[in-house]
Amino acid sequence: MTSLLQTKGASLERQKFTWRDMVQQPISKLDDDAYTRIMVILMNGIEMEAIRFQHAFARMCPDPELRLHLAKVRRKEAHQQVMINWLIGADHSTLETTIGYEQVAIEVTASIAQNEPDPYLASVYRYGLLEDFDHMYRYSALMDRLEGKDANNILQSYTDILPGRPTAQEHRDPADELRRHYDRKKAQPLSKLNALTIMAGEQQTQNFYQNVGPTYADPVARQLYAEIAHIEEQHVTQYESIIDPNETWLEKWLLHEAAEVYNYHCCAAQEPNPRIRAIWERFLDYELGHLNYVAELFKTHEKRDPLEVLPEALPDPINYSSQRDFVRKVLAEEVDLRAKGAEFVPKAEEGKASQAYRKQLNSEGSPSETVSAGYQWTPGTELMRKAA
Amino acid sequence: MQKATETGGNRTGMQTSPADAAKMLKEAKGAKPTPGDDSGIIELRTAYIEDSGPVGSVPPPASAKGAVKAGAKALTGKFAGVFIDRLGERLAFERAGTRLYQAMITKCKAAGDGEGKQYVKELEHFCDEELSHFRLVGECIEQLGGDPTAQTPSADVAGMEGAGLMQVVTDPMTSVTQSLHAILVAELADNAAWDELIALAKEMGQDDMASRFTEAQQREREHLDKVRAWHQEATLSESRLMKA
Repeated sequence: MTSLLQTKGASLERQKFTWRDMVQQPISKLDDDAYTRIMVILMNGIEMEAIRFQHAFARMCPDPELRLHLAKVRRKEAHQQVMINWLIGADHSTLETTIGYEQVAIEVTASIAQNEPDPYLASVYRYGLLEDFDHMYRYSALMDRLEGKDANNILQSYTDILPGRPTAQEHRDPADELRRHYDRKKAQPLSKLNALTIMAGEQQTQNFYQNVGPTYADPVARQLYAEIAHIEEQHVTQYESIIDPNETWLEKWLLHEAAEVYNYHCCAAQEPNPRIRAIWERFLDYELGHLNYVAELFKTHEKRDPLEVLPEALPDPINYSSQRDFVRKVLAEEVDLRAKGAEFVPKAEEGKASQAYRKQLNSEGSPSETVSAGYQWTPGTELMRKAA
Repeated sequence: MQKATETGGNRTGMQTSPADAAKMLKEAKGAKPTPGDDSGIIELRTAYIEDSGPVGSVPPPASAKGAVKAGAKALTGKFAGVFIDRLGERLAFERAGTRLYQAMITKCKAAGDGEGKQYVKELEHFCDEELSHFRLVGECIEQLGGDPTAQTPSADVAGMEGAGLMQVVTDPMTSVTQSLHAILVAELADNAAWDELIALAKEMGQDDMASRFTEAQQREREHLDKVRAWHQEATLSESRLMKA
C-alpha cells in the first residue's frame, strides 16, 4: 500500500457480519505462534480504544448528523472487536491470558520505543516498558505458585521472565504521571500513531485486570490484580498525556482510523497463521474504508486537507519479533529511574508525593513482593528445582 | 471462614420469596415462549464441533537416537504420541496437585476451631508424594528424549478441569470439608489417570516405567482412600453438630 487515501477500502455498506462469522474457531494456545496471540490481543485493544473514543466524541458532539456517522462506524468497530477478541480460546486461563497481555506490552512497547523519532517520547515508552516487564515476572510467579503452570508455555521463549522496575515501587502520585505532550503541528505522524497504539494497549490491559481480578478466589491473586491494575491505570494516564489535547475531535478521529489501518497493515504483513492473516487483511480493507469515510467528514466539517494530519504513506511497521536484546539493554541502563513531574530522574530525586503515596498503599504489605518472594523462573516451574 | 454448614439467610431459593416467586411463576407460565425447543443448542454446538480443529498437537515424539542415548527403549508405534500426551498430562496434574495440596494445608492450618489441623501431617506427606510423582514423570519424559517443559493437549485440558478445584481450595470462604471435597475429586481423577498410564506404558513396551508408575499409583490409592474417609467423616461430623 503506497498511499493511505488512494486505497479506498471497503465501504461501510459492504462491511457485513453474521454471528457465525464473528465467532470463529479460536487460535491454538499450543500450536499458534505467540506473536499471533500478541497481535490478537493488541488489535482487540486497538478496536476497544476506537469504540471508547467514538463514544467519548459522541458525548461531546452537539451535531446529530455527526453523531450518526460516529454510531455507524462504531458499530463496525464493535463487530470487529468481537471477532478479534473471541479468537482467544477458553483454554487460556485468566492468568495465561494475562501473561499474553504483558507480552504484548513488553514486545510492542519495545519495538515502538526503538522506532519512535522523538527522543522524549521514546524515553516515556522505555520507562513504561520496564514496569510491564516487572508485571510479567510477578504474574509468572503467581501462575507458578497458584496454578502450577509455566508462563513460558505462553511466552514461547520470546520474552524473559525477570524482575524489572519493582511493581511495589511503581505506584506514583498523579502529579508524577503526566508527561509532556507532542505538538500536533510539529510531531511526525509515526509519533502520533505510536502514542495511540500504546495507549490503547495499556487501556485494554487496565480494563481486563479490573474486570477479571475478582474472578480469582485466591486472595493473593485478587490483591496482585488489584495492585497491577492500578499501575495500568497510571500507564493509561501517562500515555494519553503525551497526545496533544489541542487536536480537534475530528482530527483525533482521523488519527484513530489511521492507527487502525497502520496496525492491521503491520499484522497482515507479519502474521504466520494464514487463517488469521485473512482476518487482518479483511479488516485492513474495512479500516481503509473507515479512514476514507472520516477523511470526507474532516474535509466537510473542518474544511481542512486530511494530509495535513495523515502521512502520505504508512511509516515503518512494528517489528513482531523478540525484542529481548533491547529490553535487556534498557533494563541494565534505566531500571533505577523514577519520575518527578513530567521528567525521569535518578531514584534519589523522585517526587516526595509519590513516595508518600506508595508508603501508604504498601503499609499493610505488598502483593507483588509477597507473591514473588524467592521466585526465580525455572523451565517447567520452580517445582523442578524442589523435585531435584 | 465458615466452620460448618449452618442454616442462615440463603436467598437463592423460591421459598424465601413466596410473594415475588408466585408473581414470577404466574407470568412465566402465561408467557409465550420463543418458538421451537432446545435442539437449536445441540445444532449450534454440533456445527462448531464439526468445524473445529484440535486443542493442539503433541510435541514431536522423542527421536530414537535421543531415547537410546538416554538409555530408554525408543517409543514405537502410532500411539507413541498418545503416550507422550498422557505423560505430559500427568506431569501437569502432579504439578498442579502439589500446589493444590499446599493450598489445602494452609486451609487446614488456618481453620478456626482446629478441625483441619488433624489432617496436616498426612497432607504434607501426600504433597511430598505428589512432588515425587511429578519428578518421576519428568524423568520418564526426559528418558524418552521428550521435553518436560512442553504443555501437551491433555495437559492443557487437565489445566481447565483443575481450575475449579483450585478456586475452591484457595477460597477463604470455603470450609475444610468443602475443600476436602475438591481434593477428593482431584484424587479420583488422579487414580483413574494412573491406571490408564500404566496400561499405556505396558502397551508401549516401557515395562520399567509401568512398574514405577504402579508404585506411584499405590501411593495415590492411599491418598484417595484417606481423603475419601476424611471427607465422609467430616460430613457426618457436621451433621452431628447440627443435630446437637
